[in-house]
Amino acid sequence: MSYLRFRPRVLGVIGCVTAVVAVAACSSGSSSGSGSTGSTGTVTVAVVSNPLITGQMIPLTKSNFEKKYPGIKVKFATYTEGDLRAAIEKDVSTHSNAFNVIMIGPYEAPLFAKNGWLDNLSTQYIAKDPSYDASDLLPPIAKSLSYKGGLYAVPFYGESSMLYYRKDLLTAAGITMPAHPTWAQVAGYAAKLNQPGKVAGICLRGLAGWGDNMASLDTVVNTFGGEWFNEKWQPQLTSPAFEAATSFYVNLVRKYGEAGASNDSFNQLLTLYGQGKCAMWYDSTVAATSIAGTYPSVFAKTGYAFAPVDKTTSSGWLWTWSLGIPQGTSNQGAAWKFVSWATSKNYDSLVASKYGWAAVPPGSRTSLYNTPQYQSAAKAFAGITLASIDSTDPDHPTVNPVPYVGVQYVDIPQFEVLGVEVGQQIAGAIAGTETVAQALKASQADAAAYTPAELSGGS
Amino acid sequence: MAVLETGAAPTPQVALRPRGASRREGWQRRLPLLPALIYIVVVTQIPFLVTLWYSFQSYFFNVPAPAHFIGFSNYTAVFTSAAFRGSLVRSVVMTATSVIVAMLLGTAFAVLLDRKFLGRGVVRTLIITPFLVMPAAAALVWEGPMLDPNFGLLNYLLEPFGVHHVAWLSTHALGSVIVVMIWQWTPFMTLIVLAGLQSQPPDTLEAAKVDGAGALATFRELTLPHLRPYIELGILLGSIYLVNAFDAVRLMTNGGPGTSTTNLPFYLYEQVNYAFNVGGAAAAGVVTVILTIIVATFALRMFARVFQFEEASG
Repeated sequence: MSYLRFRPRVLGVIGCVTAVVAVAACSSGSSSGSGSTGSTGTVTVAVVSNPLITGQMIPLTKSNFEKKYPGIKVKFATYTEGDLRAAIEKDVSTHSNAFNVIMIGPYEAPLFAKNGWLDNLSTQYIAKDPSYDASDLLPPIAKSLSYKGGLYAVPFYGESSMLYYRKDLLTAAGITMPAHPTWAQVAGYAAKLNQPGKVAGICLRGLAGWGDNMASLDTVVNTFGGEWFNEKWQPQLTSPAFEAATSFYVNLVRKYGEAGASNDSFNQLLTLYGQGKCAMWYDSTVAATSIAGTYPSVFAKTGYAFAPVDKTTSSGWLWTWSLGIPQGTSNQGAAWKFVSWATSKNYDSLVASKYGWAAVPPGSRTSLYNTPQYQSAAKAFAGITLASIDSTDPDHPTVNPVPYVGVQYVDIPQFEVLGVEVGQQIAGAIAGTETVAQALKASQADAAAYTPAELSGGS
Repeated sequence: MAVLETGAAPTPQVALRPRGASRREGWQRRLPLLPALIYIVVVTQIPFLVTLWYSFQSYFFNVPAPAHFIGFSNYTAVFTSAAFRGSLVRSVVMTATSVIVAMLLGTAFAVLLDRKFLGRGVVRTLIITPFLVMPAAAALVWEGPMLDPNFGLLNYLLEPFGVHHVAWLSTHALGSVIVVMIWQWTPFMTLIVLAGLQSQPPDTLEAAKVDGAGALATFRELTLPHLRPYIELGILLGSIYLVNAFDAVRLMTNGGPGTSTTNLPFYLYEQVNYAFNVGGAAAAGVVTVILTIIVATFALRMFARVFQFEEASG
């Protein structure tokens, strides 16, 4: 029996176990095959795991698209929102080109376009494909995906935010919901409607992530008159307005919200609302489509109001899950075939024939809102969805002028990290592990780590 | 214990032989090992060197600028980062709590299972099951069906006792993760201690009984000292695995709420995947490696001692 003596090689072996984990993440992915320009080959698509994608786009691709184009094989990589961003950012920035098509939004499209990471769809494909009819795309959505006049992604669906409520529960409580409620009114209703353990007064997002809890909270901050940065790019996360809005949101969800809110985002809340566990729910307008398709009995009892406001006249966010093609990937012809198929007018009628008109992905094309069948099938929410999208103004999201673009995000590269860090702090405040003041102080420190010059250089 | 010998120490046998023969024979022995050795070097040593190189670079995925040398800045950032220190502390708390509690429970179960009773085989199999479930699957089952505040089984079971809709993963996140780790590792501890109990010579116990020792005294004076090396081994192996715990954290709480369940492995993952900070993550990784080596030095010393103890006593 000999004693174990430590030598560099032993240390190295132990060390490498950890090192491998760190490096494996950096060197993932590989490009497949040589770049063919024809419309055949394998197309790998990175998508977010929302019902309209996992429930419609993926099965329809198998049953329709791949039959229509036998030479093209489509592979899907589905992620939750936060993981999707991480996977895509790594892939396109390192030019790993594991994905031929990526699902992005108004935050990523202009930034990626500026970095030269995306194909200009307008000049490279749409110009040669008149049947695509890009002028039919809803103007605010198309504008949010453009950079220097070119479209760098095309919308699969578009959304703003609005308030869902259960007409039966409000009537029973003697409440009449105005079309444009204020947050003070909503908080009063939530207190009345809340039945602990049975039905939450209002369901709100709490899961950490800038596209998760921060999307909802940012719209509240905006309408309370708060802002991420002032015109000199100084962070304003501890300003009275930002603090008032955050305290309001955190108190609302802690007092009258769903249990375990710090783990809930769109998908979890959709389930809760669909199962009758929420009297009100503030979230994306696209939820109406899923409620109509999956929970018909709750759909029949659902009413809709515009995003609640405080100091501004409208406060809905603007988002669209869109498809873009990273520059330099293989099989680009096939990639565009898929992108144009999934975002075309024909896709809408295809979904309608299979799942009904109410289930068609909303908020991307004007023609959908002019289709009589859609008007009648989705009359409960089509009008308010369109009006909410039209009333958004990403250039002037809050009361004061701000140097950045974006309603529920700040369109600078640093926000990808900052938004997640602040989202974690807010989730901590919602869970009760820290106070709002502590959370915002830590958030302000995170934001102050960047100099105004760095921040403005990125916008 | 040939497995534990480091190849670097020349054994006396080799030294007595003629040099040429020993060299040829040495290579004959090493040759079959070479493919494995080269593979190990390729998949561990080279990535480690690359990590070391990245730790001196400023490299962010989301910034188009190329990576550039910034000296020790990443290391300064790691040592001054409250987030890194916090995750280090949480790693220690998580590992220590779950290993110790799992060992206490495991010893108790082992002592019970050592007795003869009807259906012992079935019970033993059932007790081992949590260890056989894939960690990721176990984490998902706990996160959803078990601990969900609205639909979870635990809240349903506790409801008659006046517990209403506790959001376990929000309000008791760290505790919940630790409970799942304990649940998963108790069977392992049980197995190790049970092996120890069964190797205890029955005549010693009989002698104790004849001398009039009670059950408690027998356990304290005879069984526990006999079990010591087994308990130490269980604690060591459990610590090595649980300090790397990632599945439960990632799938149950994603490090949250806030940073309340962010341990070191998850912190590293977050630095690369959410902060896109390759340089910072590499530096944090290197620091983690150094800390692990320090801990492992002591742990492996103990490992060696355990076997020596066993040889001496057996």
